[in-house]
Amino acid sequence: MEKMHVKMNVNGKEVDLLTEPRTLLIHALREELGITGPHVGCSSSHCGACTVDMNGMSVKSCTVFAAQANGAEITTIEGLGSPDALHVLQEMFKEHHGLQCGYCTPGMITRAYRLLQENPNPTEEEVRFGIAGNLCRCTGYQNIVKAILEAAAKMNEIKESA
Amino acid sequence: MNEATPPKEERTAALSGLGTSRKRVEDARFTQGKGNYVDDLKMPGMLFGDFVRSPYAHARVKSIDTEKAMALPGVHAVLTAADLEPLGLHWMPTLAGDKQMVLADGKVLFQAQEVAFVVADDRYAAADGVAAVKVEYEELPVLVDPFKAESDGAPVLREDIADQTEGAHGPRRHPNHIFTWESGDREATEAVLAEADVVAEEMIYYHRTHPCPLEPCGCVASMDKVNGKLTVWGTFQAPHAVRTVASLISGIAEHNIRIISPDIGGGFGNKVGVYPGYVCSIVASIVTGVPVKWIEDRSDNLMATAFARDYWMKGRISATKDGKITGLHCHTTADHGAFDACADPTKFPAGFMNICTGSYDIPTAYLAVDGIYTNKAPGGVAYRCSFRVTEAAYFIERMIEILAIKLGMDAAELRVKNFIKKDQFPYQSALGWEYDSGDYHTGWDKALKAVGYEDLRKEQAARVEAFKRGETRMLLGIGLSHFTEIVGAGPVKNCDILGLGMFDSCEIRIHPTGSAIARLGTISQGQGHATTFAQILASEIGLPAEDITLEEGDTDTAPYGLGTYGSRSTPVAGAATAMAGRKIRAKAQMIAAYLLEVHDNDLEWDVDRFVVKGSPERFKTMKEIAFASYNQAIPGVEPGLEAVSYYDPPNMTYPFGSYICVMEINVDTGTTEIRQVYALDDCGTRINPMIIEGQVHGGLTEALAIAMGQEIAYDEQGNVTTGTLMDFFVPTAVETPNYQTDYTVTPSPHHPIGAKGVGESPNVGGVPAFSNAVHDAFRAFGLTQSNMPHDHWRIWKTAQSLGLHD
Amino acid sequence: MVPGAFNYYRPDTVDDVIGLLGEWGDDARVIAGGHSLIPVMKQRLSDISHLIDLGGVEALKGIIIDGGTVTIGAMTTQHELITNDALASAAPIIREASLQIADPQVRYLGTIGGNVANGDPANDMPGLMQTLGATYHLAGPNGGRTVAARDFYEAAYFTAREDDEILTAVSFAATSGGYAYEKQKRKIGDYATAAAGVLLTMHGGSCSAASVALTNLSDTPVYCTDAVDILVGSSVDDEAVAAAVKAAVDVSDPVADTRGPVDFKKYVAGVIVKKAIESARSRA
Repeated sequence: MEKMHVKMNVNGKEVDLLTEPRTLLIHALREELGITGPHVGCSSSHCGACTVDMNGMSVKSCTVFAAQANGAEITTIEGLGSPDALHVLQEMFKEHHGLQCGYCTPGMITRAYRLLQENPNPTEEEVRFGIAGNLCRCTGYQNIVKAILEAAAKMNEIKESA
Repeated sequence: MNEATPPKEERTAALSGLGTSRKRVEDARFTQGKGNYVDDLKMPGMLFGDFVRSPYAHARVKSIDTEKAMALPGVHAVLTAADLEPLGLHWMPTLAGDKQMVLADGKVLFQAQEVAFVVADDRYAAADGVAAVKVEYEELPVLVDPFKAESDGAPVLREDIADQTEGAHGPRRHPNHIFTWESGDREATEAVLAEADVVAEEMIYYHRTHPCPLEPCGCVASMDKVNGKLTVWGTFQAPHAVRTVASLISGIAEHNIRIISPDIGGGFGNKVGVYPGYVCSIVASIVTGVPVKWIEDRSDNLMATAFARDYWMKGRISATKDGKITGLHCHTTADHGAFDACADPTKFPAGFMNICTGSYDIPTAYLAVDGIYTNKAPGGVAYRCSFRVTEAAYFIERMIEILAIKLGMDAAELRVKNFIKKDQFPYQSALGWEYDSGDYHTGWDKALKAVGYEDLRKEQAARVEAFKRGETRMLLGIGLSHFTEIVGAGPVKNCDILGLGMFDSCEIRIHPTGSAIARLGTISQGQGHATTFAQILASEIGLPAEDITLEEGDTDTAPYGLGTYGSRSTPVAGAATAMAGRKIRAKAQMIAAYLLEVHDNDLEWDVDRFVVKGSPERFKTMKEIAFASYNQAIPGVEPGLEAVSYYDPPNMTYPFGSYICVMEINVDTGTTEIRQVYALDDCGTRINPMIIEGQVHGGLTEALAIAMGQEIAYDEQGNVTTGTLMDFFVPTAVETPNYQTDYTVTPSPHHPIGAKGVGESPNVGGVPAFSNAVHDAFRAFGLTQSNMPHDHWRIWKTAQSLGLHD
Repeated sequence: MVPGAFNYYRPDTVDDVIGLLGEWGDDARVIAGGHSLIPVMKQRLSDISHLIDLGGVEALKGIIIDGGTVTIGAMTTQHELITNDALASAAPIIREASLQIADPQVRYLGTIGGNVANGDPANDMPGLMQTLGATYHLAGPNGGRTVAARDFYEAAYFTAREDDEILTAVSFAATSGGYAYEKQKRKIGDYATAAAGVLLTMHGGSCSAASVALTNLSDTPVYCTDAVDILVGSSVDDEAVAAAVKAAVDVSDPVADTRGPVDFKKYVAGVIVKKAIESARSRA
């Protein structure tokens, strides 16, 4: 089958890929663009390790063809913060031991980012419901939930003081 | 100078040593997506391998046609058993002394068994190749019930060893029988049971499940034909053991093999074993001359690699009328699947199942385990537990509850009556273990008080009455569990895997400016070794943890060790770390004595320095000593400051804990709601409380999953019915409750810093707590035993069988 | 787990979609959110060599509430269904049901069209559309036609839609009265063990209109005519509820799977239908 051009803005950078239509977005990111933050945990859209932000939506990039993302704006964990300026969520995950093996972490933080964009003052229940598309096998979620709630509070503080 | 010395507390705090909730050094890279997992590796020319797998549980392979696959663009090779046979690699040894097909050799013995290995440009081309390989099968009768394995007309699964009456663990009485393993005194136990006031008898089934780490298994094998070196990056919980095994089965000299475990996305026992994917990748790299990657997908993972549990435990427990336990008898039928690939120390084919007397002073006991072949995937790994300890803990904690029912006693009271007492430690168990230390009563009392046990029982009784009056359809269960683990395998005198003693190691180099690197034979899969081992060292050698780099997982640089599983890292490698640190300190003391012009014995250790006794103003800090070790010619002392320790533990460690779960159960829908989970752990000395708490949260969640729904189920044809994350239960944040953690500290007397290990305790103790809560809710209605997992329909069936649906 | 190769098309108009379907016939498939189709493609269960992405067809998007009629374009996502406040006023049962589908990521992409047209008895939207008495709008080579949701499902994955047609929209009358969508599942992301949608309008202590339908309790969604007949005209007292529940359970025909055996599912179906009726009654 013929390859096709897929243009995307990934973490603020315009990219133009020549790829097979069947290439999944996760593989386009990881293997063609070298963006290995999002992971593959189940490839059946259950675990959420592959979560990226696409046009303001959290999506499981194992269940999206790169072709469907043509023209899309994509943000991955790599685009959320930088080593010198971590995103508040990244800070809070460290602070509250919200990760262990780290495999779910990029997807989890990327999902939490969108959740807080849509709901800056979530309750614990809303956080739990909001990250229910992301599985973690290590933490039991308790510290993840804590980290997200703390991040929400911190982000609101920053907003107020600005 | 004295005035300039900060107080002891301040200097201790600056080290971030033992007992501090130090933030993890691993997190910087993980939170930024900069972890380096095996599937992140990309190399020039790298190919991708994928398996053709059997759709059948038992079938003869009549033919394999690879022609169409080979003709596809991007497909480089298709390996079958016939290709591996000349290399002697179509079968491989298992960790349990059996052998396993790498690729189907004439027949397949479980669904999803590896049949052929397609090597192609990338995973898409490989999958195309897999789809194009045509395999002709002739279906054979399937054996899924281990109790039918030795019946007349049962199909013989392992034709390769059908005639062997002697296996790796003694006599085999049937072609489908693997071993019988016994522990304790059978006759004495039978005698005690025969004379007992009360005997409770029950079959306790701990169902088949799977560790299911979020990252599946995989590797990249790269054979450098120019230098003759083989490098394999992979999801290995025991990289050195993999190197030795790879050398033994491939014939490649061990110094020419380098095994690297990069970051590992969770293991939980899944990544201890050696899988056909590793072997095929290595062969494919040798054949093609380029690196070959193999990454299994989730269904492959669940269906083909490393199940856990599947123990049918028939128990009899006896007691006096007033509840003093007198004897315990257990016969276990262990379903090992098609190949005996259990990851247990060689002398323990049923692991440490003989810890099944638990936390109780049971004078007489006997255990027998029969290993059985069935048409299921091989494995039998320790899923977040030390070898078969969670089976043992579940067994005894169920038997205690059942005995309490029989005696008409409160199950908490029965436990108190039979706990091993504090002054009985070190305690010799009837099945041969020496428990190092414990104080069960203290933690148990604390736990009962914390949950308000007596009030809960009153509430429960009131609920039962309300239920009987038709006012509610919800029952209340109080799940009690007191577990004793046996971890830290183990003493070389009785613990080895494939002949490799289960010691572990640490090597330390202090740099001239007073920072350090330590390398260990273990490998973190999320436990945070780089954080906690640096803390152990900081306290031992007086250098701040943040100045100590930890490195694991590269067999070319790390000292030999047996890896990370069975909660052995802290008990064994943690001890090696402390001991290596002490060697550093001993040498540092000599250097300090030379610099201060005093005798070695005139110095005393003070947090981060050696001080002349009685002259606090005269001291040398570790930083000063480190520099001196590189620039001073000290008579009789070699330059540099390095040490290595290979630690052979004198005994196992025995962490313990008291867990209580309060659960609401809807008898009509079978749904449950966790109201409270209280977990008190005693893991001896606590290295990093934050990490301990995180381990407990995670282990409890895995326990919750196992107890409430997580299983690898087969239908009668041997098809796996739970091969995706839709059906294989992994709870989300919504199904997972908050946990309340607590602790007591009873150090291990034989461990250098008194630590016992904690990672697996919450799984071992959690499963009985959750399961007992379900059973306890129905106790008033006559339930003694039901099978896990307690998913909605099974709970509903229980309610129905008790007549609770009118 | 990667799909076989295919050609990809992203037409702008319904006519172009129909044209492509006509051109490639059985080898072509349309993709909406992809969360049912892509997993199937990964398992290579069916041969799809031409994939037609509906993502570019603007005409398939959007929610229109016109008078008492709600029309929802097939490519409207579950996330949009949840966040649309006008829809929540016009038919609040949609939000209640949508929140119980899959997980947040899936709901961002999963569409109402994909969910109803696929014919998967485990999907929630088909049962919901039975409850609402919705009309499905189909477009094909011979133009458009409508089919009642209650006539659409023939068997699992078999529907009244022809291979050369696509579903363009669903429409239904705005609801008043009480409503409930109740679902029992093992975990977030799971299909229903049993689920039921109920609408109930009360008039002076008596039920003037009702609707009851079931999800994943047969090989198609089930509209429970007998249960509705029992409820309408009754005061929805315990006796009527019990009779309606029995009638609903009687028309269920679940199959055993990992969620449980048939007797369990039928029992839970009764519990869920009862809960849904009572919840709807409390809101009526």
